[in-house]
Amino acid sequence: MPLFNMTATALRNLFARPATRLYPAEKRELPAGTRGRLTIDIETCIFCGICQKKCPTDALRVERDAKRWSIDRLGCIACANCVDACPKDCLSMETGHSPAMLTRDKETHTPAAKPPAAPTQP
Amino acid sequence: MATRTVIPFGPQHPVLPEPVHLDLVVEGEKVVQAIPSIGFVHRGLEKLVEKKDFTEYVFVAERICGICSFIHGMTYCHGVEQIMGIEVPRRAQYLRVIWSELSRIHSHLLWLGLAADSFGFENLFMASWRIREHVLNIIEATTGNRVIFSSCRVGGVARDIDDATLKDIVARLEGLATDLRNLGEVFLDDTTVKHRTVGVGVLTKEHARELGAVGPTLRGSGVASDMRQLKYAAYGDLAFEPLVEDGCDCHARCKVRVREIGQSIDLIRQAAARIPAGEIAVKVKGTPSGEFFARTEQPRGEVVYYLRANGTRNLDRLRVRTPTFANLPPLVKMLENCDLADVPVIVLTIDPCISCTER
Repeated sequence: MPLFNMTATALRNLFARPATRLYPAEKRELPAGTRGRLTIDIETCIFCGICQKKCPTDALRVERDAKRWSIDRLGCIACANCVDACPKDCLSMETGHSPAMLTRDKETHTPAAKPPAAPTQP
Repeated sequence: MATRTVIPFGPQHPVLPEPVHLDLVVEGEKVVQAIPSIGFVHRGLEKLVEKKDFTEYVFVAERICGICSFIHGMTYCHGVEQIMGIEVPRRAQYLRVIWSELSRIHSHLLWLGLAADSFGFENLFMASWRIREHVLNIIEATTGNRVIFSSCRVGGVARDIDDATLKDIVARLEGLATDLRNLGEVFLDDTTVKHRTVGVGVLTKEHARELGAVGPTLRGSGVASDMRQLKYAAYGDLAFEPLVEDGCDCHARCKVRVREIGQSIDLIRQAAARIPAGEIAVKVKGTPSGEFFARTEQPRGEVVYYLRANGTRNLDRLRVRTPTFANLPPLVKMLENCDLADVPVIVLTIDPCISCTER
């Protein structure tokens, strides 16, 4: 009867498991390809600046001389345009999203300082 | 003559998440006239085309709408590709069809939920959105995001879907058949739903055509018009007919959308069976010069992109005519002589996306 079309679904819902999760106790497993947040392997980066040029929101900044790579997490739209463009494949997308921020500071990465080369014999 | 009162409706309204404002002139409980005004969420996205590189603007185009984002990006890419004479690989064309249809399914399910919410059927609202979640999971697994896919690029697409995943997608969509059938039955046959939609918000075939209605609003008034018949992307290879209903009322528009979900699943099935192997993108060389009108079918109806390029890295002009803008004059017609209590339901049946309209 048309009046009770929804009844079967409603009854099923009553006895079925909830369709929702008890977040944050139970977290959703993200698919492998989710574009969550941009990460960099700073040791492989050659500071060419292509990612900065390709970024549609100007969220990336590359300082070649200072060897510094910085990202404005609030400006990044996770489009992965930089990941596709990186010639050294040092950029990648993590599945997890960026945590909430308390300040608007940029996140800066610099390569670990290399030990000074051994002094050459005169 | 009875006393006339003007009642403001929106831009903030509990039923509509979109900031449409209507001045409703009422006589008692009857709406005599509806005067719409828009312009609350203008973002100047068309102007941005002068600042952004033409290959990067696709990310802005996708953000014109939060629901049919992929089709916005695709239409923009289609326009640029036509100007530059880029031959997009067939596999990319098929992937564009698959993602477009997934967008349509999730948009229609979202709309069905909102429609149920507008006439106070909360259980049905939740049921629609529960099914939508499965579709969003498929989208996230294949593109990397739930609604802003960022998978379309000028010259092709950014990601491929392997054949095993394609089979899995078709199987998962077919697995939703029972739930969709149960949901469809409620929308099409239930007395409560019919009570709120049958004979409400009538838009005759003549008015629909004269006032330039598009999409399910037009097809619900008995006009067979679907931009997918223009054979953009890979639609030329797939068999489908525009779904038309003759009811001309809210119920007919609802019926069109319920049936279109099934049609989209069928199109994905066909595309998955025929998709050729090969490249998914070609390298874009040079800059565009010329102009083009790109027309595609969004879940809400026809979207028109006019692009004019002057041979530099930035386009000269971009104009976007969204389906909701075309559906506003028909909406004003539908609202004439309706009951005040039916206004939210009627406004929802054009599936308004005001953020798209104002860009």
